Amino acid sequence: MRRDYLNWAIGAVGLALLLVIPNVTDQFQTFMFAQVAAYAVAVVGLNILTGYSGQISLGNGAFMAIGSYTTALLTARAGWPYLVTIPVGGLLAGLVGLLVGIPALRLRGIYLALATFALALSVTPVLNNYDKLTGGHLGVGFKAVTPPFDIPLSNEQWLYFLGWIIFFLVFVPAWLLLRGRTGRAWMAIRDSETAAAANGVGLAYYKTLAFGISAFYAGVAGSLLVIDFAYVNPDSYSLNLSLQLLVAMVIGGLANIWGPLFGALLVVWLPYMAEKAVNSKPDLAFGALLIVVVFLAPNGIAGLLRRGLLVLRGRRREAGQITGALEATPAEADQIAT
Amino acid sequence: MAPPDSASRNGHALLELRDVHASYGPIRALHGISLAVPAGSVVALLGANGAGKTTTLRAVSGMVKTQGSVQFEGHEITNGRPEDVARLGIAHVPSGRGTMTQLTVWENLQMGAYVRRDRGAIRRDFDRVTGYFPWMRERRHQVAVTLSGGEQQMLAIGRALMMRPRLLLLDEPSLGLAPLIVRQIFEIIATINREEQLSTLVVEQNANLALKIAARAYVLEVGRIVLEGSASELSRHESVRKSYLGI
Amino acid sequence: MHLLLAAGFTFTGLIQQVVSGAGAGAVYATLALALVLIYRAMDVANFAQGEMAMFSTYIAYALVGGDFGLLGTKLGFNGLHLGLPQAFWIAFAIAVVASFGLGILIERVLIRPFEGAPLLTLVIVTLGLFSIVNGLAGFNWGYVFKTFCCPFPQSAVNAGGVSFNYTDLGIIAVTVVILVAMAVFFRYTKLGLAMRAASLYPESSRLVGVRTSWMLALGWGLSAAVGAVSGILVAPVVFLDPNMMQSVLLFAFAAAVLGGIESPVGAVVGALLIGILLALVGTYIPGGENLRTPFALLIIVVVLLLRPAGLLGRPETRRV
Repeated sequence: MRRDYLNWAIGAVGLALLLVIPNVTDQFQTFMFAQVAAYAVAVVGLNILTGYSGQISLGNGAFMAIGSYTTALLTARAGWPYLVTIPVGGLLAGLVGLLVGIPALRLRGIYLALATFALALSVTPVLNNYDKLTGGHLGVGFKAVTPPFDIPLSNEQWLYFLGWIIFFLVFVPAWLLLRGRTGRAWMAIRDSETAAAANGVGLAYYKTLAFGISAFYAGVAGSLLVIDFAYVNPDSYSLNLSLQLLVAMVIGGLANIWGPLFGALLVVWLPYMAEKAVNSKPDLAFGALLIVVVFLAPNGIAGLLRRGLLVLRGRRREAGQITGALEATPAEADQIAT
Repeated sequence: MAPPDSASRNGHALLELRDVHASYGPIRALHGISLAVPAGSVVALLGANGAGKTTTLRAVSGMVKTQGSVQFEGHEITNGRPEDVARLGIAHVPSGRGTMTQLTVWENLQMGAYVRRDRGAIRRDFDRVTGYFPWMRERRHQVAVTLSGGEQQMLAIGRALMMRPRLLLLDEPSLGLAPLIVRQIFEIIATINREEQLSTLVVEQNANLALKIAARAYVLEVGRIVLEGSASELSRHESVRKSYLGI
Repeated sequence: MHLLLAAGFTFTGLIQQVVSGAGAGAVYATLALALVLIYRAMDVANFAQGEMAMFSTYIAYALVGGDFGLLGTKLGFNGLHLGLPQAFWIAFAIAVVASFGLGILIERVLIRPFEGAPLLTLVIVTLGLFSIVNGLAGFNWGYVFKTFCCPFPQSAVNAGGVSFNYTDLGIIAVTVVILVAMAVFFRYTKLGLAMRAASLYPESSRLVGVRTSWMLALGWGLSAAVGAVSGILVAPVVFLDPNMMQSVLLFAFAAAVLGGIESPVGAVVGALLIGILLALVGTYIPGGENLRTPFALLIIVVVLLLRPAGLLGRPETRRV
């Protein structure tokens, strides 16, 4: 029972922290934490696709762009209330994700990585090309959002709460999905497609589903991000964005449900700190962190914390036995050593 | 043919395994086997599928994690890296032949001589090998994938000979080949041993043939040696006749 | 057809585009070749290949013009540069050799610890390398475009109404030299043979004494050197900046996929086709300049769906 208390305690502290942050940080910091929520949603989506179902996607930024432009265009041009555009952006991205997922079924491993890499690089030029719709280089802007019903919150605080409410709205279903049958099916596919198929897991169904759901999360995240800035332009959807999602997923903790939170914190705050500390872009730090994490802590920050907690509870043995999707199993390692 | 004196087992064995255990991850394949290959003789390792024959050879070449002691010419080589073991003079023809299928016959043979520098000696060895396998001479520019199974097996043996090894490890040279070809290959193995005194450890399921060319033999069952002796003793042994010779 | 006419289609104009497309294709070919080298050795696409080439190009640029960036300012060797007429080619040679060394170093330090790791891990590591190299170049030289000019005369020869500019011809010539050198190396030298064998048949190779792990490092070195050539050749055309190779890398990927990702000859053929196709798309389709990247995406997807082994690749038999 001690274990349950500890989990509840961590949950309570986390929730308290979330409520306290917007009251003790300045406007800029609150705004940054609002963005963390959006990135966290996107990384949950990528984690489902790559971390759990094992399909390498370097192109989830493309699905984010769909959510972003849906929200921006519907709000700015059609006068829709921005809140309504969030599910629309998510669903539209999800639909495209399903469609992308079908040909992706036939691209295994590295080929899928290649194709999604090409997808990531294609977003900006495509957005620039169809400038009648997207506004081209100039982008699309709309009136900054303000708290509804005269709630006594600053704009940033409203964005913050909006972001985190949406985060929990989409996080809980993801959590349930991953704990259940679907999550098990995805992991089975990731670990061995042959074995999964032999056990009656429908590969096509689950793999396409992962694409669709992942893209839905990316779309919602894209919507949220645009609502934060009340502006979008094609340059935000360069390869860099997709790489940041990957960095966040890996460093936060691959195939760990809590990993996206840590990863999103990192990719939002590190660029700012790199700018402040050494007046430089964060790529160097991201790249170095990525390799160090893969080498020393393949389960990311969340994995390290989990290990720490297990040690705290005096279950060292279990702590030593955590293996992740990035490591070869002992049997494989032996084969490789030959 | 007359097997050399089998009593040399306790003398200067070229290769000696003592209490060797090996495992693939959690699966243990060898449970403490000991055997010796005396200089100049052919030793056969018999047993059914999954008995650990291949693993024994892999343990010598450092291709599986091993406990115990593997000594070659008195040097400890346990868990050595395959390339280092090869450089010591052990040529291992793996099961399935390890043919470099996209390379030509000549390139395969050249790869055998990879660590050697003396071009003249390599040329002479090419002549020596094609002496055993004359077809390789005119077909040296043929891509190996187009060779028949038997030819690929001969090419693998030829490649091993190009290493100028002091010990030859052969893993199931008969695998998947027609009986006539198998007999031919075993004759060549015997000839090579006779002419060059090349020590050979051959793993075989076809005990009949193996015992004909070997001086000594060991019988493996689920990772343990259950019988050993001179080839003539074993071919007369009741249980060997029953289980492996099909008589 | 009316689209073509609207864009001012002429036959010599078409030939013109084919020639300059082949010039661009030659650049993709060298980078694609670098990719194929590593793919054959370890079954992974090196996503950092383009960035490594970009960095090599900065090395050559620094040697020619003396701009060693932040590092140069800090250490005070901005005065050092090759003020010779052949400066470009000397810098070219030094940069290629340095890239070879750096490639080996990268393999030993960053890749070797992950030998045999799952695909996702290797992809992440090469993307990490991508970020590191991009960040290093940006940190040292900044993100402003630099001009790095010109190994070849800025003029053209006219033949039958088609003008061939020396830059395209020069790039094609250098590429041909590199390709021939590579073919000779892999076909006729013992080391080249061993590298081929080590990448295709690692186990058999180790059993005849080949140190396959070193062959992999050599492969990275060679690949970095070949990639450097593509970067240095393309820099005078596209300007120098830390992101200059991203689209080139994509086109090289498309080329390798089109030609067959395990086939060096295929990579070259694929690259020429891609170069010419992209030149035509860029010229004859309105807004085509922006559509080059998605066009490459389209090629990659269509080829992988219809003929995964590529034009010249063998259907997969090796892996399960």
